[in-house]
Amino acid sequence: MKSLVTLISPIQDGCRLAIGKEETGASIAATLALIERGVRRLHLICLPVSGLQADLLIGAGCVETLETSAVSLGEAGPAPRFTAAVREGAIKVIDGTCPAIYAGFQASQKGIPFMPLRGILDSDLMKHRDSWKLIDNPFHPGDRIVAIESICPDVALFHAQACDPHGNVFFGRDRDGLLLAHASKTAVVTVEEQIDGDFIQDPIRAGATLPALYLDGVCVAPGGAKPLSFSARHGPDTEWLLRYAKVARSASGFGEMLDELMVLHRAAAASALSE
Amino acid sequence: MSIVQGVPVKLANRSTRLSIAGNESAILPVERLIDLIATLLAGVRHVAVGASSPIPGSGALLARALSERKESGLPTRVSILGSKRHNAFTNGGVELFDMAATGRIDAFFLGGGQIDGQANINLVGTGNYPQNEVRWPGSFGSAYLYHLIPRVILFREEHSRRVLVPRVDFISASSMKRDADFRPGGPVALLTGRCLFRFNAARRRFILERIHPGHQLDEVRDQTGFDFDLSDDLKLTPDPTADRLALIRQRIREEIAETYPQFASQLAPEAP
Repeated sequence: MKSLVTLISPIQDGCRLAIGKEETGASIAATLALIERGVRRLHLICLPVSGLQADLLIGAGCVETLETSAVSLGEAGPAPRFTAAVREGAIKVIDGTCPAIYAGFQASQKGIPFMPLRGILDSDLMKHRDSWKLIDNPFHPGDRIVAIESICPDVALFHAQACDPHGNVFFGRDRDGLLLAHASKTAVVTVEEQIDGDFIQDPIRAGATLPALYLDGVCVAPGGAKPLSFSARHGPDTEWLLRYAKVARSASGFGEMLDELMVLHRAAAASALSE
Repeated sequence: MSIVQGVPVKLANRSTRLSIAGNESAILPVERLIDLIATLLAGVRHVAVGASSPIPGSGALLARALSERKESGLPTRVSILGSKRHNAFTNGGVELFDMAATGRIDAFFLGGGQIDGQANINLVGTGNYPQNEVRWPGSFGSAYLYHLIPRVILFREEHSRRVLVPRVDFISASSMKRDADFRPGGPVALLTGRCLFRFNAARRRFILERIHPGHQLDEVRDQTGFDFDLSDDLKLTPDPTADRLALIRQRIREEIAETYPQFASQLAPEAP
């Protein structure tokens, strides 16, 4: 079992870091630890979208390039630091579409250079990137199809249900954690709790378990996704997110909200330790 | 007298009658939209609803509720993204896209910061890309799903010239279909807070078909930045039947509350 600080040590300046959507489990705990350590020049890749997690990293100046299909706080509104950074030209955005990002990860998972994908034809997204190419279906000439270059992140980071003493991670219903880890060179995961036994030998859990061999490390961080929702365990802190959407429109307001979130997570970590 | 001149008169008469009958105040505009969406989804086997879409989600749930009452035919399946109860996905985020490509989803909804007269949509931002004047969240799955799902309904409550533009600044998803392309999907309609357009894919033009009560043809023209045709069957949007209204206010309100609690609280419970 690792501490948060040790867990995030593979995520160095310039790292190609992959994160998931809220439903997959966003490790806000590890994200705050990265911000605190002052990571810089991240190439952040969202599978396939992000919200608060990407906005925090952008607002804290950690991101150089952002590859995503969207960044939004959902019902709380636009992501304020993402929106500001685009307007100011402070980050480079590689705009994608959800299934193409999945396809890039799937290519990487299989160790192949690209994955063909339907749709996308005649979208302006094609014009602004060189990692998607229009090709002819080799089996049916004239049928235009898009080749999506493999996306191989250095490190994947997400929050999951539980680990066992062997370091296997149970992710549950949303399988994107599996794809994140399979496609990336390595993965680091925060979990709600450690549970005794061996998930791989448990027929109920095995199908929704990521084997330890894909992982660099695991860290127990109860409530590690807050203020976002996590699985069936807790919903989002809507009041906090609405306030963030408003206050973080200014850089100074963002600083206040970030400090507040740091305090909340430190308190949660301290109380978990004392239990 | 041309159809163009005849329509507003007809519409004005209808809406006056409705006002006198006193029904108009009882039915919320959002309930009309939900009702109309359910009508657009009639006969669909599987409809999926994307993120931040409470009204389309409610319309899809109403279509399901109505389909369950029919004695013939299969009930409509609904998959709502962000819901745990109203979707059956077990293969991660990619499953929606795989289902679309294998013909397992018949209908879907897309919106747009801008939508143009050829039904191209822009979810990225206004002005020059990449340093947009106004930046929106991003394209999500639109560029792909628009090509693969047969019945895509464009839905945007705001009906103004800043949304409905002659030409989008950035094409997130294109309505263009070339003969050799494999493209089973595309737009069939555009529903706004003022009216319903059908889309003629061959001509790549919208056709105005329904105007919601309280709105006028002149106003729709004023607020629309692109040219469109008028349907021979142009009418006022009908009121939901009492039965459908009761479903919206009870069952649908409860079902949508799981994903959109704030939205559900706006739908009034059925009066005793």
